[in-house]
Amino acid sequence: MNGTPGIGWDFARRLLRNRLAAAGGAVILFFFLVSALPGLFSTHEPNRIDIVNILRPPSGAHPLGTDDLGRDVLARVVHGARISLSVGFVAVGIAIAIGLIVGLLAGFYGGWADAVLMRLVDMMLCFPTFFLILSVIAFLEPSIWNIMTVIGLTGWMGVARLVRAETLSIKERDFVAAARAQGAGSARIIFRHVLPNTLAPILVAATLGVAGAILTESALSFLGIGVQPPTPSWGNILTAGKDNIEYAWWLSLFPGLAILVTVLGYNLLGEGIRDAADPRLKGR
Amino acid sequence: MNGPPYRAALPSILLLLLLASCSGGKPESAGKGTTAPDVPAYGDAIVEGSIGDVSGFLTAVTSDASSHAAAGYVFNGLVRYDKDLKLEPELAESWEISPDGKRITFHLRKGVKWHDGAPFTSDDVMFTYRRMIDPRTPTAYGEDFKQVKRAAAPDPHTFVAEYGRPFAPALASWGMHVLPKHLLEKFPDISKSPLNKKPVGTGPYRFVEWKTGEKVVFDASPDYFEGKPYIARVITRVIPDQATMFLELKSGGVDIMTLTPPQYVRQTETAEFKKSFNKYKYTASGYTYLGFRLSHPFFKDKRVRQAIAHAADKKALIDGVLLGLGQEAIGPYKPGTWAYNPNVRKYPHDPSLAKALLAEAGWKEKDGVLEKDGQPFEFTVLTNAGNEARAKTAAILQQNLAEVGIRMKIRTVEWAAFINEFIDKRKFDAVILGWNITPDPDQFDIWHSSKTGPKELNHVGFANSEVDRLLDEGRSTFDLEKRKKAYYRIQEILAEEQPYVFLFVPEALPVVQNRFRGIVPAPAGITHNFIKWYVPAGLQKHRVRP
Amino acid sequence: MLRYIVRRLVGAVPILVGISLISFLMMHMAPGGPIGAGTDLNPKATAESRARLKAYYGLDQPLHIQYGRWLVRMSTLDFGDSFSPDGRPVAEKIKERIPITLTINVLSMGLIFLVAIPVGVYSAVRKGSLFDRISTVAVFTGFAIPTFWLALLLMILFGVKLGWLPISGISSLDYGSLGPLGKLADRAHHLLLPVLLLGFGGLAGMSRYTRANMLEVIRQDYVATARAKGLPEGTVVFRHAMRNALLPVITILGLSVPELLGGSVIFETIFAIPGLGQLFYQGVMSRDYPLIMGILTIGAFLTLLGNLLADVGYALADPRIRQG
Repeated sequence: MNGTPGIGWDFARRLLRNRLAAAGGAVILFFFLVSALPGLFSTHEPNRIDIVNILRPPSGAHPLGTDDLGRDVLARVVHGARISLSVGFVAVGIAIAIGLIVGLLAGFYGGWADAVLMRLVDMMLCFPTFFLILSVIAFLEPSIWNIMTVIGLTGWMGVARLVRAETLSIKERDFVAAARAQGAGSARIIFRHVLPNTLAPILVAATLGVAGAILTESALSFLGIGVQPPTPSWGNILTAGKDNIEYAWWLSLFPGLAILVTVLGYNLLGEGIRDAADPRLKGR
Repeated sequence: MNGPPYRAALPSILLLLLLASCSGGKPESAGKGTTAPDVPAYGDAIVEGSIGDVSGFLTAVTSDASSHAAAGYVFNGLVRYDKDLKLEPELAESWEISPDGKRITFHLRKGVKWHDGAPFTSDDVMFTYRRMIDPRTPTAYGEDFKQVKRAAAPDPHTFVAEYGRPFAPALASWGMHVLPKHLLEKFPDISKSPLNKKPVGTGPYRFVEWKTGEKVVFDASPDYFEGKPYIARVITRVIPDQATMFLELKSGGVDIMTLTPPQYVRQTETAEFKKSFNKYKYTASGYTYLGFRLSHPFFKDKRVRQAIAHAADKKALIDGVLLGLGQEAIGPYKPGTWAYNPNVRKYPHDPSLAKALLAEAGWKEKDGVLEKDGQPFEFTVLTNAGNEARAKTAAILQQNLAEVGIRMKIRTVEWAAFINEFIDKRKFDAVILGWNITPDPDQFDIWHSSKTGPKELNHVGFANSEVDRLLDEGRSTFDLEKRKKAYYRIQEILAEEQPYVFLFVPEALPVVQNRFRGIVPAPAGITHNFIKWYVPAGLQKHRVRP
Repeated sequence: MLRYIVRRLVGAVPILVGISLISFLMMHMAPGGPIGAGTDLNPKATAESRARLKAYYGLDQPLHIQYGRWLVRMSTLDFGDSFSPDGRPVAEKIKERIPITLTINVLSMGLIFLVAIPVGVYSAVRKGSLFDRISTVAVFTGFAIPTFWLALLLMILFGVKLGWLPISGISSLDYGSLGPLGKLADRAHHLLLPVLLLGFGGLAGMSRYTRANMLEVIRQDYVATARAKGLPEGTVVFRHAMRNALLPVITILGLSVPELLGGSVIFETIFAIPGLGQLFYQGVMSRDYPLIMGILTIGAFLTLLGNLLADVGYALADPRIRQG
C-alpha cells in the first residue's frame, strides 16, 4: 500500500501516538486476554452455586463479592467477558459480511441492483433498530445465536453505504481501467483495489459496532431477553445487580464498569483509527 | 364485616399495640404532631405501585392481575373470599343450596345502588350470566357459567341458578363481578363498551380517571353498602421496574408495594426503614413445580421421577430463591387450607436414595453421568425468560441433578413463545412453571385425563383413573367432608406418582407505609379488609377534595 | 425547491410500502399467536374460548389477504384495533403516547445541540489539548454507560438521598390541581433527569461529528485565506468555518430519530414514562400485532420526515444542493 491512504506503517505510528486510542487499544487487549484465559484471572467456577454465601461483599475469598446465588462475581465477570465479547464480534462479523456484499454488489454493478439494494438500505435505516431486535428476539428465543444474528442483521447498513461509496469512487479511476485493459477480472479488482481502501472505514465501523453490540446485549438483558442466566454475560450480571443496587453495590458496579470501560475503549480506538487513516490529516 | 363493631376493632387494637411496641411508642410522621389520637378517620390517599398497567376494567374480558386488582375496587360479585379464604356474602346477603345440590338460590342485598344511582337488582345478575355464556363476549371465564342449566330471577332480590348436576365450584364462580345491565345492554361486545375504560360498579370505590400507562385514580364511594371506606382515594401508579418502585417507596412516592425476597431480607431491616414502614408476610396462593412430560421415555418410569424429587434440594431452593421466605410444596394445595393433606409421601433431599432409585430403573453411572442403553441421562428443562425466581430455581436444580449424574440443560424462552410453541404443542422434556392455587380445591382442568389436548392445562399428560374419578366426586358434592376425603386421596396419589416435583410455596411480601392503620394479616393476605384501613387524622398526607 | 421536495416525497412512497411489508412479514413469521399472553395457562380458559378469540381477530385468514387489508388501511393511518383487551384503535393509543416521547426526545436533542456543538467546535480548534482529551472521554463515557444503571444511580442520589427531584413518572399526584405555571414546573421537574440522561448519552455522536467536520473545514483554503487576510481567529472560527461545518450536522437530525426511539424502550421502563417505547415493548410481549406494526410504521414515517426536513434544511442553507 504505497501512496494510497489506508493501513500501513504510517498509520500504525499515527495510531500509537494518539494516547487515547492507545489506551483504548490497551483495554481491548486486556479484555481479550481475560476472555481467552479466564483461568488466569479467577479460580472459582462461574456457575457454582453456594447458598450459604449469597450476596456477600468483596473479601479475600471473593474479591468482587458474590451474587444472588452465592456465585463468585469475579469468575462471572471474567467468563462473561468471553460471552459479551463474542456477541460483539460475531454480530459485527455478520454485519460486515452482509454490508460488504451488498455494498460491493451495489457499487460494482450499479444500475437496478444498486437502486434496489440502496432502497433496501434506506428502508432498514428507517426502522428503530432496537425495536426490530427486540421484536425478533421476543418472537424467536433469547439464545446467544439469535442475539448475535439479529444484531448483525440490523447493523450492516452503514458498512454497505461505506463500501458502495468506496467502490463507486474506485471504479472510475484510471488504474482500474488500466487493470481491466490488462484483462483483470472483477474479483481481482475488488480484492486488490477496492477492499484495501475500505479496510480502514470498515475497521472503524467494526470497533463501533462491537461497542454497540455490547450495549445492546445489556439492554436486552434488562428487558429479560438477553443472554439467559445461568450463562454469565455482563448484561445479565448488571441486571441481576440492579434490584439490589443500594445494598449489594458490587453486583452492579463491576459488570457496569466492565461494560463502560470496554465500550469506551472500542470507541476511542475506532476514533483513533479514523483519525490515523485519514489521508488528509497527514499534512498537519 | 357484619358483626358487632368491637370484633373488627379487636385485631386492629392488637395490631396497634404491636406496632406501638415495635416503633418505640409513637409513630413518626413528617412534621405532624406525634400525639395524634389513633382513631379511624376519613381522608388521605394511598398510592400503590403496580408493575403492569390495567388493560380494561371488566374482569370478564381481561386476564391480567393488574386489571383484576383495579376492577376489584369498583365491582362486587355475589360472593367473595374472606380473610380465611372461605366464601362469604358480598352482593348476595345469603344463599341456599338445595338438598340435591343442583340449585343455588341467592338472596340479594337490598338497597344497593350502582355508582350512577341506578338500583342493583337480580336483572343485573341475569344479564351478567347471559353475557358470560354469550359467544360474542371475548371471555376466558365462561366455562363455569356454561354448567348452569337454567337461571331465573323470580324477583328483584332473588336469583336462582340450576345445574345439571351438583357442581361445587359453582358457588365460587359467582364471585365474578356483576355487570350493570342498564349501561351495557346495548353493547353486544362488552369489551368494546365505554365501561371497560370508565367502569361503573357497586363497589367501595368509584372510578375517577385512568391515564393509560401512568395511573388510575379511585375515590371512596360514600354510599357503599358496607360503609364508606376510610381512605378517601386510591391511586395506582404504573412503575414497570421493581428497582425504581422500591426507590419510590423510600422517597414517599408509593405507599404500598410487594417486595422481592432480597429487598425484604436485606434492604428493609434498617431502623430508618422500620420507622416509616411495616412489612408483612403471608403464604402466597401459588406454587412452583418441575413438571415432566410423562410420555418422555426417561420420565415414564415413576422411580425416575421420584429419584429426581429426592435429588432436588428443596431447602436450598427456598433459601436460594426465596431467601428462606417460603415453604416446601408437597402437593398442589396451599398449606393451612382445609383441602391440604399434610400426610402424603414426602421426598427429603437424599442424593444416595435418588441414585439407588435410578439404578433400580436401569441407569448406570459412567464418568459421573448416568447412562442406559448407551444413552446419557440428559434432558432440557424449559422455563420462561425474564423471571428471576424461575431462572434461579433452574440453576439450583441443575446443580442438584448433576450431583446424581443427571445432566439438565436450561432453556428459557419468552412467555408468549413459550406457551404457544412449547407448552401448547407439548414440545418439551420438562418445565419449571407455577400455578395459582384457587381457594376452591377443584383442579379438574389440571389433572383430569380428558384435559390433555393441545392448549389444555394437563400439559404433562397425567392420566390416572382413580384421580379422574375422585376429581369428579370432589366437584359434584357440596359436602365438605366428602370433598375433603376425595382431595386428600388425590394428593396421596399425586405424591406417590410425582407427575410434578412440587417445589415450593413462596411467601407474599407486602410493605405498607406505616401511617396506614387497621391492617390485619390473615391467610388471604392483608387487603381483605381494605375498606377498614385508615390514617389517623394527624398523620394524613394528602388532602383529598371530594 | 418545490420540485426537490416533491421528488423526495415521491421517492419516500416505495420506502413506506417496503417498510409496511417488512413489518407485516416480521409479525407473521413469529411463532406464537396474538392471543398468547392473556388466556394461556389460565385454568378457566378453554380451547373453545381461544378459537373464538382467534376468529374474532380475523387471524384465520390467509396471509396475503391480511396484508392487503392492512396496506389499504395503513394508507389512511388506520392501523386497526389493538389486540389488547381494551381493543382501542391503535392510532389512538399511539397518539396518546407520542407527545411525551417526542417532548423528551426534542428536549434532549436541544440539550445535545447546545452542549455538543460548542464542545465539538472547541475540541476541533484546540485539537490534542487537554480539553479535547477530557471531553472525548467524557462524551464517550456518556455513550458507554448502560442507561438503566446510570438512571438508578442518579435516582438514588437526586431522588432518595438529596430529595431534589422526583424519581419516576411524568407528573405529581396533585398535578391536576396546579395552575398552568405550576404544571409546567412540575413537568420540568419530572423530565429533568430523563432529558439529562438521554442528552448525556447522545452527546458523543453529535460532538464527534461536529469536531470532525470542523477539523475538515478548518483545513480548507478559504479558512487559510481568511487567516492570511489577518482576520481575528474568532471571526475565522465563527463566521467562516463554523457555518460550513454545521451544515452537515443538520443531516444527523433525521438519522437520530430511529436511534432515539429505539433507546426509549429501556429509558421509559426505568423512569415509568408512558411513552411510545413502553407501548411498543408491551405490544411485543403480548403479541399485539396491529400495535407493533402501527408503531414500526409510524417510527419509520417519523424518520423519513426527519430526513426530509433535514434535507430541506440543508438544501435551503446550501444552494449547491438545490440544483441537484
